[in-house]
Amino acid sequence: MAQATDTTQAAGTTPPDAGDEVKVVGIVCNWCSYAGADGAGTARLKQEFEMRLLRVPCTGRIDPLFAIKAFEKGADGVLISGCHPGDCHYSEGNYYARRKFELLDRMLPFLGVEPDRFKYTWVSASEGARWQKVVNEFVGKVKALGPREGRAL
Amino acid sequence: MRIGVFVCHCGTNIAGTVDSRGIAARAAELKDVVHTEDLIYTCSEPGQSAIQKAIIEKGLTRVVVAACSPHMHEVTFRRTVEGAGLNPYLFEMANIREHCSWIHDDYGLATEKAYEILKMSVAKVRQLEALVPNEVPVNKDVLVIGGGVAGIQTALDLADAGLKVTIVERETTIGGTMARLDKTFPTIDCSACILTPRMVDAAQHENIEIMAYCEVDKVQGYVGNFTVDIRKKAAMVDWVKCIGCEICVQKCPAKAPDVFNVGLAETKAIYIPFPQAVPKRAAIQVEHCRWFQQGKCKVCERVCPADAIDFEQQDEYVQKEFGAIVMATGLDVFPWENHYHEYGSGNIPDVISGLQYERMLNASGPTSGHVVRPSTQGIKGQEPEEPKTVVFIQCVGSRDESVGRPYCSSVCCMYTAKQAILTKSHVGMDTEVYVFYIDIRATGKGYEEFVKRAQTEFNVKYVRGRVSKLYEDVIDGSRKVIVRGVDTLLGKQVEVAADLVVLASGITSAEGAIPLAQKLNISYDEWGFFKESHPKLRPVETNTAGVFLAGACQSPKDIPTAVAQASGTAAKVLGLLSRDKLKTSPQIAIVEQNRCVSCWKCVEVCPFSAPQKQEQRDGTFKSHIIETVCQGCGICVATCPVNCITLKGFTTDAIIDQIEELLLA
Repeated sequence: MAQATDTTQAAGTTPPDAGDEVKVVGIVCNWCSYAGADGAGTARLKQEFEMRLLRVPCTGRIDPLFAIKAFEKGADGVLISGCHPGDCHYSEGNYYARRKFELLDRMLPFLGVEPDRFKYTWVSASEGARWQKVVNEFVGKVKALGPREGRAL
Repeated sequence: MRIGVFVCHCGTNIAGTVDSRGIAARAAELKDVVHTEDLIYTCSEPGQSAIQKAIIEKGLTRVVVAACSPHMHEVTFRRTVEGAGLNPYLFEMANIREHCSWIHDDYGLATEKAYEILKMSVAKVRQLEALVPNEVPVNKDVLVIGGGVAGIQTALDLADAGLKVTIVERETTIGGTMARLDKTFPTIDCSACILTPRMVDAAQHENIEIMAYCEVDKVQGYVGNFTVDIRKKAAMVDWVKCIGCEICVQKCPAKAPDVFNVGLAETKAIYIPFPQAVPKRAAIQVEHCRWFQQGKCKVCERVCPADAIDFEQQDEYVQKEFGAIVMATGLDVFPWENHYHEYGSGNIPDVISGLQYERMLNASGPTSGHVVRPSTQGIKGQEPEEPKTVVFIQCVGSRDESVGRPYCSSVCCMYTAKQAILTKSHVGMDTEVYVFYIDIRATGKGYEEFVKRAQTEFNVKYVRGRVSKLYEDVIDGSRKVIVRGVDTLLGKQVEVAADLVVLASGITSAEGAIPLAQKLNISYDEWGFFKESHPKLRPVETNTAGVFLAGACQSPKDIPTAVAQASGTAAKVLGLLSRDKLKTSPQIAIVEQNRCVSCWKCVEVCPFSAPQKQEQRDGTFKSHIIETVCQGCGICVATCPVNCITLKGFTTDAIIDQIEELLLA
């Protein structure tokens, strides 16, 4: 494959606009948002490139410290997405998640993380188009802010 | 630890945008990775064999496959690695197709992203441990929710195979939408002649219990062991005593809208929806009953020969256990009146829905099968008038984004052709019949030929174009509905003065579908249709194990499709329940008891009551999670204040390692 060489070179070296490069972590539940992202992929809905997804069974599994850990390790944005309220595969996991992330959302600015760098939302398994919109809007905002100054929280 | 990494090309699905070979080669640099390989189609037989060969020859103890979504092939590859003697839970999938190659165009950037996704999976696989599923006994009884043609078919298939089936139906009779139809396309068979014997078969089957006028109130448990609370709605009639003689209906003085006849007629406050109802039992509509509204009457009680009327009756709740649940809740007709104001919002009497026309065509319907103009009905000293010009308008509430319904309802083209033919045969061949259509969708067996027959043999005039407006006007002294539209083939305006307009109203999900889906924790789309697990791999399963789909609750379907799917669903249920024990997922939570502080927060948050207070040797109590009850959501894990609960397969270490692997690069 001809392009293989270019790719290998791109790895580890600095892309042209590396100054603007951001890293975004998405933590999503298996049943709704991961499947919604799959649906977006199957429908070939083009998305911002910076999102990296991590799959957990339920947003109720997500410890807010995961998000804080990600920021500590240098993430420029963290997105959390699960089933819509009322639709949780496990009945109520997203309700527990909502309380925790509402609190985290309000706390992060005190740690020096701008509000647009964190978002929690709901995308169902049938909402591929919504997933595309959520990713593009969120990553777009993080890119507008640029990489986070100073890695420590 | 010896990790093997396999990167899929998926033909060009992945390799078209991602350098699969390149990232496979680069993965060799990752810690513990001893074997890397790129495969053209990893899920194919040669692909799976290559994985098994590498496991055996290279002594791999962990496997990562970078390919499609785990929702697609995680189960496939778990079996593959197990076939080579590796524990299936020492496997991890990196999704570089749906989440990468299919959503990006830039080859370099997509390759880089795919490699990062792969690295995260390698980081995770290092943290995995061998897991062994538990086994639970299986209850072999099946609940079918909805007694339309799909539910009846599934129930009969299952019952014939020897399983006990309960049909829960919210109306007083089974039959569903098909019971309201006059004829069926493309054969013009009598709908009732097909359906009612099936209804009777279900009622008389030794393995089927029909719970009509009941609703599912609450669902607990999991595949193989569901506990369902069912509400028996108060009919104000003792159904053990009621013999369905209809004397009460004849004598009842209080009128009520006839829902079964879609408002074309009136019924009584005490009613039986139609003559062939199964079970044939009367029920009182309290909101229309004189006794309940005005405190006097009780005529039904006086005339009932079976002493069945019970004004004191209350809703009752029963609890039943099932191993599997089939959703067969059917459909509703799109409420066009609320959306199509250009068609008169339901205020023009001679503009009716397709289902209303179906009732009108039916011999046991409100007009005894005579086609009449509703505006001429019920006038003293005057016979209702037959229409001379009938216009059908297709795609009302289908393929119309302006009313939020972009989908095709799949049956309207065909039922319109059928109704057009029936119009000619009921009223006369000299009747003028027009069909305004967008496209004709006649994809089933014998369907295209049927539409052609309507056009040629019955001379139904098909006009390609939308109707923009319907309004009433008086022409030559007679009241007409003016149909103003466009013929897009001729490129000109068309106006027809019609006596009757039938709207091919589309299909929407059944009322209450969404709250019911929430009770069962199954997914649904924005219109309330239930979502299958995969359109081709698991088309009748939902993402909730043990819950299946049959009929139009999944998407609009005609009768042949609904029935075929219902039998397919029965086969899937039989497959599940053919075993005496079910393997449960071992990806569940476990408590490290010596660190448990007995705060019982896990007990409070668990939706399944999996954590229990377990007495220890020293008399203290610690949390203990019952393995076969835990569903592996991990809510307790994130709640435990001392982090003494671990979710196998999704450990905190595994999650943190993935985050670090991604960000430390």
